[in-house]
Amino acid sequence: MDEARVLLDVKGLQAWYGESHILHGVDFSVREGEVVTLLGRNGAGKTTTLKSIMGMIGKRTGSVQFDGQETINLTSDRIARLGLAICPEERGIFASLNVLENLMLPPQVRPGGLPVEQIFELFPNLKERISSQGTKLSGGEQQMLAIGRILRTGARLLMLDEPTEGLAPVIIEQIGHTIARLKQQGFTILLVEQNFRFASTLADRFYVMEHGRVIDAFANADLAANMDKLHDYLGV
Amino acid sequence: MFNISTQALFAQLLVGLINGSFYALLSLGLAVIFGMLNIINFAHGALYMMGAFCAYFLLNVLGVNYWLALILAPLLIGGLGAVLERTMLQRLAGLDHLYGLLLTFGLALIIQGLFQNYFGSSGLPYAIPQQLTGGQNLGFMFLPNYRAWVVVFSLTVCLATWFAIEKTKLGSYLRAATENPTLVRAFGINVPRMITLTYGFGVGLAALAGVLSAPINQVRPLMGADLIIVVFAVVVIGGMGSIMGSIVTGFALGILEGLTKYFYPEASNTVVFVIMAIVLMVKPNGLFGRA
Repeated sequence: MDEARVLLDVKGLQAWYGESHILHGVDFSVREGEVVTLLGRNGAGKTTTLKSIMGMIGKRTGSVQFDGQETINLTSDRIARLGLAICPEERGIFASLNVLENLMLPPQVRPGGLPVEQIFELFPNLKERISSQGTKLSGGEQQMLAIGRILRTGARLLMLDEPTEGLAPVIIEQIGHTIARLKQQGFTILLVEQNFRFASTLADRFYVMEHGRVIDAFANADLAANMDKLHDYLGV
Repeated sequence: MFNISTQALFAQLLVGLINGSFYALLSLGLAVIFGMLNIINFAHGALYMMGAFCAYFLLNVLGVNYWLALILAPLLIGGLGAVLERTMLQRLAGLDHLYGLLLTFGLALIIQGLFQNYFGSSGLPYAIPQQLTGGQNLGFMFLPNYRAWVVVFSLTVCLATWFAIEKTKLGSYLRAATENPTLVRAFGINVPRMITLTYGFGVGLAALAGVLSAPINQVRPLMGADLIIVVFAVVVIGGMGSIMGSIVTGFALGILEGLTKYFYPEASNTVVFVIMAIVLMVKPNGLFGRA
């Protein structure tokens, strides 16, 4: 894994919501084929980091390089066209679209996305409810739809924001299997997660965020040795 | 009151259908613009008038006939709408509805004022195209060909627009961007460009209604101002932003107005507003609006 090239390189990323300064210089990188998790308490800046990478925040400075290309001055639609995709925390399912329309909404930005049949194989529930209004699905099904939707696009880096939030254990397990399968298929994944137990089974590396900065980083192999520190950081 | 003359009744029904066609086309444009941009476009009446004037100039200055004007005027005025959106309305994105309403109201006054200054208040004639002169004697009434064409053509355009928005990929982009433009943009769709084109399309529909109206109502600087208040009532009754709501309500209210003209003419100018008040009390989101 150390040999793999860096796909996403974030340096000194700062972001603001209006007058509020949220990110104070975030530094981290993601290599091709890795699953990297951003950990941290509520309000640490994890979601803002994903949104800033995707260009969804009005004011941001620093450097975000994707596959060697600087994206800090690009609009979010152009960033998406480079091969980044986000599954937002609130899932972003559209009430005015049915399941199939939600699934087909994001355009294919590159070749290599999963065909719809394969997405239905991963999430059979979606196929059964193909004509239902998107927001009429259960929380778990909406999460599956939100993940399935970006798998179609051919994006090379998938950013998943709290995919297990508010879901039943059996659904969390299913989503965990899916992410593991995507990792096997070579997808690069940047995960934001508060459920450390879930993330620990999937991630290759962890970054810990606090007050809008990355304050620590360690590999999955070093997890056991860093448990005490991690409990302090996350307050668990 | 109930001494019914079939011929007069059908004549009023036809007038209602014609008015309904204009209500539907104009309210459809307003609904598309409001649904997508959250802008209450008070300039819509003035742009409808510009559509009619555009057809008039195309014919009298360049010799371009009605059929070509049906295509060119919506394109030209729609293009002007796109420029207005890019240069003015886009700056109001994210602000309260009131700002857009005031800006477009101001634009309407400027446009109407300019046209009134140069062309006065009386109507300029625009001839019915030769292919659509005359009419059909249906036995119970005489149906002028041009009026039949306006109803059929308007209905076709309205249904095609509904189909494009509700049943196509482009329509799903529009509907999704109405709900969450930031996320739709993060999927790789150029939302600002889509908004500009949507505004241009809505304005193009108004211009199309203006061209259709020119041979019936003549071309007058205040033709839009007279109509726009009723059209806003139609949009409110149908449900702000509802596409099918604006089409159905447009035609239905036109017919109702026509029937009122026959049975109780004194109420014909107010019946639409009475219905609007009732709908607002019973179903504030409109007959087809989402809560």
